[in-house]
Amino acid sequence: MIRWFCRITVASLLLLLPVVVAAGPLAERQVLENGLTLLVRSSRALPIVTIKVVVQAGSLWEQEERAGLANLTALLLTRGTATRTAAQIDESVDFIGASLSSSADRDLSEVDLTVLRKDLPKGLELLADVLLHPAFEKGEIARKVQELRAALQKRQEDPGEVAEEVFNELVFGRHPYGRPLEGRETTLAAITRDEIAGFYRDHYTPERTFVTVVGDVDRSEITNQIRALLGSWPKGKGTVKRATEPTPLQEKIVVKKVDRSVTQANIVLGHQGIKRDNPDFYALTVMNYILGGGGFSSRLVERIREQKGWAYDVSSHFSPGLERGSFQVVLQTKNETAGPAVQEVVRELRRIREHGVTRQELADAKAFLTGSFPLRLDTNAKLAGLISSVEYHKLGLDYADRYRTLIEGVSEEDILRVARAYLRPEGYVLVVVADQTKAAFSE
Amino acid sequence: MITAIRQHMQHLHRRGAVIAWTVLYVLLAHGLADAQVTARVKESTLENGLKILLLEEHKAPVVTVHIWYRVGARNEQPGTTGLSHLLEHMMFKGTSTVGPGQFSRIIKKNGGRDNAFTSEDYTGYFETFASDRAELALKLEADRMRGLLLNAKEIESEKKVVMEERRLRTDDDPVSALREAMEAIAFEAHPYRQPVIGWMTDIEKLAREDLVRYYNTYYAPNNAVLIVVGDFKSDELLPKIRQHFSSIPRAADPPAVRAVEPEQRGERRVFLKKEAELPFVFMGYHVPNLKHPDNFALEVLAYILSGGKSARIYKSLVYEKQLALFAGGGYERESIDPNLFPLYASVMPGKTAEQVEQALTVEIERVKNEPVSDRELQKVKNQIEAGFLFGQDSVFNLARALAEYEIVANWRTWEAYLPGIHAVTAADLQRVAKTYLTPDNRTVAVLIPQTIKK
Repeated sequence: MIRWFCRITVASLLLLLPVVVAAGPLAERQVLENGLTLLVRSSRALPIVTIKVVVQAGSLWEQEERAGLANLTALLLTRGTATRTAAQIDESVDFIGASLSSSADRDLSEVDLTVLRKDLPKGLELLADVLLHPAFEKGEIARKVQELRAALQKRQEDPGEVAEEVFNELVFGRHPYGRPLEGRETTLAAITRDEIAGFYRDHYTPERTFVTVVGDVDRSEITNQIRALLGSWPKGKGTVKRATEPTPLQEKIVVKKVDRSVTQANIVLGHQGIKRDNPDFYALTVMNYILGGGGFSSRLVERIREQKGWAYDVSSHFSPGLERGSFQVVLQTKNETAGPAVQEVVRELRRIREHGVTRQELADAKAFLTGSFPLRLDTNAKLAGLISSVEYHKLGLDYADRYRTLIEGVSEEDILRVARAYLRPEGYVLVVVADQTKAAFSE
Repeated sequence: MITAIRQHMQHLHRRGAVIAWTVLYVLLAHGLADAQVTARVKESTLENGLKILLLEEHKAPVVTVHIWYRVGARNEQPGTTGLSHLLEHMMFKGTSTVGPGQFSRIIKKNGGRDNAFTSEDYTGYFETFASDRAELALKLEADRMRGLLLNAKEIESEKKVVMEERRLRTDDDPVSALREAMEAIAFEAHPYRQPVIGWMTDIEKLAREDLVRYYNTYYAPNNAVLIVVGDFKSDELLPKIRQHFSSIPRAADPPAVRAVEPEQRGERRVFLKKEAELPFVFMGYHVPNLKHPDNFALEVLAYILSGGKSARIYKSLVYEKQLALFAGGGYERESIDPNLFPLYASVMPGKTAEQVEQALTVEIERVKNEPVSDRELQKVKNQIEAGFLFGQDSVFNLARALAEYEIVANWRTWEAYLPGIHAVTAADLQRVAKTYLTPDNRTVAVLIPQTIKK
């Protein structure tokens, strides 16, 4: 040990210097005449281009009785247009070795294209076609609905997914954050073609759309190409509305047990968290890294995996969104240790609220969060994801530079304050999917 | 071969992931470099046998350091399965100079990410961080190549963790459990029949002496390859590698794996009854690996069958007939010994495993009986070529591809990939389909769902 101490001390002089994050704006931004936001980052190391189109059309914008509408609409974009069948789109995309996909999330929907530089015109043509002229053909709708219903059924095989689904429902109630993106059997069956076309018409409009291009492109050239394809896309006419804040949870402990013949208890424990625009986001990021976000540097892994040997994986997460997402601790442990593991989790929540963190823990967390930032920028896909998210949440294109300052500015007092404000060891939802006879779980 | 199954199966995301089967084919799918990239690789070997591959990539200020050992489940014996993987976990549990659990903490303090994985053929470790930290990884990897403690108490604790990992990844996951069952009967003589994570009762009984013996046999410079890819200068890094590794002595050559899987003479079937919602079908054919000239045609064939949504299996089973929720296949090409060409399908509600199996067989027979069109063949070659370039975007993937090629054959084998693909003809596809995709040469595994109590 002593020898190592010598070496690490010498090493620290060399290696614990701060990692310097590449400075400068993440991308160049402009807004076209019809309100479409375009972000371009030229990166010419490889002849490839990644395009991410993000639209304000997540499940937040759908009605509860039509749950699944946002997801269904997004998935159907690539399933046929006015001039191409789904099979033709698939073949055209595959023929140029590209990938083109569409999906929805709670806060947004997106279309993603990855294409070789030489095939960019063809790729853009396909991308614009699925974005502007989806057919929503009845046969394709029926096919997709059937697939989604089967996927919902298959998910019941996965105890972790079951736990997550039950947890969200208990934490968010009837808010869109409380239900699966796919919706439910009954709501899916009720969705009509007119409703899909209507959702598309109202939400897929240029002023609600953010296009991020990363790769081997010239900025003015790609701008002209995008303008030629999407510049005449007319602005939306109607007004849209979305779900706002979820109803806060009551300050009590809610336990839900689900009985399954599984060898492990799948445990989710948590409550509502924060919105992405909450200024405490950065202090919470640091606090959560120390609690359970930092893998082998976190307290939960140290306690439950390293010391007890009770779990392969245990972690905590905040999922901040346009609205308050959840805070959750997730772990799997053999049925027999479910009870003690939950007790340890609650003990760690209490401990960080009462005593905060040590100076060393804080320094180590900051060193990782700031020092690992370059790893968030090292591929086109990661860059496109980060730029798009920075724009969507209005974080500013100097985010890479500001992030360091924001993290560095977090103090021990901040950690204590946010742990007390946002962790609720007296008011959480606990879901345990397990073989309940073996789990013998006491509440 | 990139397959859609990656969306449906876990892939490695944290230390100790067991890699088996198509799961590995995440992004790496040989999809990486072209001849230009391999031409820039600098190879050297230290006196103690440590092979070094350096590849400078300056597009982002990051570097990834990989050290892979030529040992995996393939080297294990019945009764002590899971040994490679448990040892991988133990590599984080302390040396005489770095305390238990400190390895990852040190990497993280330096803004890095580290992890490790075990497959049938290899055990790999990596650290990725900002470019100026490469030496830290060298120092720590050199330290644990020889100085591992293997503390008895830590071993007992980590065995419990691995048993939880097995429960999570296999025992409570019907599709993984089915895959394990298929592999266990597809191979009779070769250790590819053994699960990488090990059988539960084997894990439970693994002893400190097993680990010590295994570590001493396989963790030596002459049984490892060190790969660094990213933003560094080779002429500055090589002396540092020498400084940290050259004092580690060469060990005796590890024993060769002698098992050879005999030719299969008749279809094998296995059924698994487990709580599940929907049936699932696997179909695995024995095929040669990348060392055989037919590998390129088999690779193209895998794309014809399941490379994207326009590929035949998706188009037929998922889209047109709606028999499967998802379906596809792959080709386990990068494998030290010959492995499988697996197809799979998740059966839709109201349909049967028999219908799905029949539909898969129809697609197999079609490639035997009708030549693939020029357009379809060109499409697949375009996909493979594009995949090559997309894969180069990540230094991690470049390092992983180099390491994997080096371990299963030789990293230079990678250079033959694109030319080999280009040369494949429609007639080659018919020939390899007829040669290998025969009923007598396959194992079929069917998941029979048992009602889930709710």
